[in-house]
Amino acid sequence: MPEDLNWAIGGEAGDGIDSTGKIFAQALSRAGRHVFTSKDFASRIRGGYTAYKIRSSVDRVESVVDRLDILVALTERTIEENMDELHDGSVIIYDGERTEMADVEVPEGMIGLDVPLKSLAEDAGGAIMQNTVALGAACEATNFPIENLDSALDKKFGSKGESIVENNKEAARLGQEYVQEEYDYDFDYDIDTTDNDYVLLNGDEAIGMGAIAAGCRFYSGYPITPATDVMEYLMGRIQQYGGTVVQAEDELSAINMALGAARAGARSMTATSGPGIDLMTETFGLVAQSETPLVICDVMRSGPSTGMPTKQEQGDLNMTLYGGHGEIPRFVVAPTTISECFHKTIEAFNLAEKYQTPVFLVSDLAMAVTEQTFEPEEFDMDEVEIDRGKVVDEDEIEAWTDEKGRFQPHFPTADGISPRAFPGTKDGAHMSTGLEHNALGRRTEDTDIRVEQVDKRNQKVKTAEEEEDWSPRTFGDEDADDLVITWGSNEGALREANQFLSDEGISVKFISVPYIFPRPDLTEEIEAADNAIVVECNETGQFANVLEHDSLTRLDRINKYTGVRFKADELADEIKQQLSQEVQA
Amino acid sequence: MSSEIRFTDFKSDKQPTWCPGCGDFGTMNGMMKALAETGNSPDDTFVVAGIGCSGKIGTFMHSYAIHGVHGRALPVGTGVKLANPDLEVMVAGGDGDGYSIGAGHFIHAVRRNVDMTYCVMDNRIYGLTKGQASPTSREDFETSTTPEGPKQPPVNPLALALSAGGTFIAQSFSTDAQRHAELVQKAIEHDGFGFVNVFSPCVTFNDVDTYDYFRDAIVDLDETDHDPTDRDAAKEKILDADKEYQGILYQDENSVPYSELHGIEGNMAEIPDGAPEGAMDLVREFY
Repeated sequence: MPEDLNWAIGGEAGDGIDSTGKIFAQALSRAGRHVFTSKDFASRIRGGYTAYKIRSSVDRVESVVDRLDILVALTERTIEENMDELHDGSVIIYDGERTEMADVEVPEGMIGLDVPLKSLAEDAGGAIMQNTVALGAACEATNFPIENLDSALDKKFGSKGESIVENNKEAARLGQEYVQEEYDYDFDYDIDTTDNDYVLLNGDEAIGMGAIAAGCRFYSGYPITPATDVMEYLMGRIQQYGGTVVQAEDELSAINMALGAARAGARSMTATSGPGIDLMTETFGLVAQSETPLVICDVMRSGPSTGMPTKQEQGDLNMTLYGGHGEIPRFVVAPTTISECFHKTIEAFNLAEKYQTPVFLVSDLAMAVTEQTFEPEEFDMDEVEIDRGKVVDEDEIEAWTDEKGRFQPHFPTADGISPRAFPGTKDGAHMSTGLEHNALGRRTEDTDIRVEQVDKRNQKVKTAEEEEDWSPRTFGDEDADDLVITWGSNEGALREANQFLSDEGISVKFISVPYIFPRPDLTEEIEAADNAIVVECNETGQFANVLEHDSLTRLDRINKYTGVRFKADELADEIKQQLSQEVQA
Repeated sequence: MSSEIRFTDFKSDKQPTWCPGCGDFGTMNGMMKALAETGNSPDDTFVVAGIGCSGKIGTFMHSYAIHGVHGRALPVGTGVKLANPDLEVMVAGGDGDGYSIGAGHFIHAVRRNVDMTYCVMDNRIYGLTKGQASPTSREDFETSTTPEGPKQPPVNPLALALSAGGTFIAQSFSTDAQRHAELVQKAIEHDGFGFVNVFSPCVTFNDVDTYDYFRDAIVDLDETDHDPTDRDAAKEKILDADKEYQGILYQDENSVPYSELHGIEGNMAEIPDGAPEGAMDLVREFY
């Protein structure tokens, strides 16, 4: 009996695909099963093909694969779109009474369950519950205890009143019973459950949660896919912790508001996606030059220009590394998993305040819209540490004033980090500017002071390189001859690809790098490897390029820029193929 | 009550580099006087400015200050004020900064009604780039970039503010020191966004909108029967293109500032050493 279940619901945008998918994901999670979800969606409100996919297992799952076991198809197109992933024995649940489904032909070898979703939903109290009927049918087809679905329905509809919850439960029962009575199949699936309690969340939510945990109190942003969930998460929650969210008139305003709040002493953040990052670029230099701690989050999507707003890509790395005129000291941190979105957000705030610099927190669409189960302890709030850096209070101010008693916010220290006085601190009044300035923050064109201040700002990065831990994460076979390096959301798929490869006796060492700048020096590992391949979702190999620059070694690449994230089985095949080509060559 | 603070406390030891005779001296002095009169100190005042002659103000004043990028002073001021409502936030801008590159921010700052003060040093020309047309330049004003005049009507900042729901709209003349300071003071005391357009002549590049011109043209609203709480009356005055008014054009006495509507109270700089109390609830929500 396969343990690994791949389930999907697909239809038109507006069919309730997302919420139905999420209910089933929660039902599985409540049954103590791990879940990993993904979404296919188009950039429109209604209409257009949309699907919500779930991979579930009692073991941890971290990627999607090219296989679909159960498909709830609300439109005929749903079957066509997923034909590649369907296989012998796949179950397709559909409503033959729907006019658009009247001509459906279930491919040979697959099991079609024609369930009158709408009329059964009407029997339960309303046609609107047809998706719930389908979930009941899916429970039967997978031998999944329907009580777990009840629990997810409680959570979803609890606030809408008991009758709505009960009607939905009834709708699910009718779907389950219909399949029981009408179809005499011995379904392949016999889903195990466990007593574990998991939490289910996506990358944007993890970033928002990390921000609150880290003491972020001010967030300003402008709605943009796929970063908007960060703002929506914070809105309504950050207020409970004394903070606020401002929906700005544009991204220029968003980053400048965040900058203002940061100068007032608040831990402050903005999040956007590629086109918004372009607009914010103007202010990057000011943030760095005025030495303001700020977390700027880029949830990447397909570019350039408006590109494919609802599709995956890791194309903004160069932008975050090099964006902005002049030379800007900065940190670029890129979480590689959803739980890291939480942890690295906290780290980003500490880096920003400790070194008084902009910190780019780079995530991507694949993490933003993907939900995954975790043990709640993975987000242990007791472990959160806050480092506000060199903040001076009114008693300490004097040590940092000049002979005229003026506070020197840009005093050139050995580690490059100057004292910081929050506005309101007695005798700390000072001016900050994007102009080149002296220790007082006043404009200067003095050549010596210019050099001193540029060196001071860059010294902060050098200090951080020494003081902080920039290690990557390693998995797979530590002693393998072949090396695969990645960054961003590909780690999960590579972990599973590693499983596929080792099942075939192929051993590979994997390195997943969450720090782009500063970043770990991988030269030794690269030199030691027979083959070193960099996996990333872009065409030009932006990360491979910087690693080549570091190691002066030509690296092989696996690049995907279809707009769809890597899948585990696909990656295993690609890696295998590249390694065998190398052997032949 | 504010006897301990004098307006000179807001002066920095840096001599202003504005041209001799520039209207910005008077504009800044009035702002400093108003801050002192309202009992603020340099340590609890935050001055925000953008780029241009007006952008230099933070250097010449003594307070917490930031000199930002062109046109974005208002968003920065918004962030400062919301993060720490205890600070007195004073935003300075020029007509290019505020009504051209920052026009979008201006309209939205007006609607947002954050409790801060915005003084625009309006000289109807780009001074620091040496004399090009600004959004408030007259239609026939000849400059290096508009040899036959802009041939487009000037922006009416007061009308923009009124149409965007402005709750305090005033206009002053930098050289009428007492009146200007008094109007800025009223803007500070207003609960919400206090907007003052200040005629601040450029003696180097603008030979049309001069001190003499304004002295002759200005009509002081205090010498008329204008009721600043009457929005229709304000509209009529603001749309009267033939007159230059000084005074409060409009004030909404029922103005409720943004922070009050959004329940923002404390100083956001104060956070615990670790995650906030009860933060595990944020995790439990995802069960």
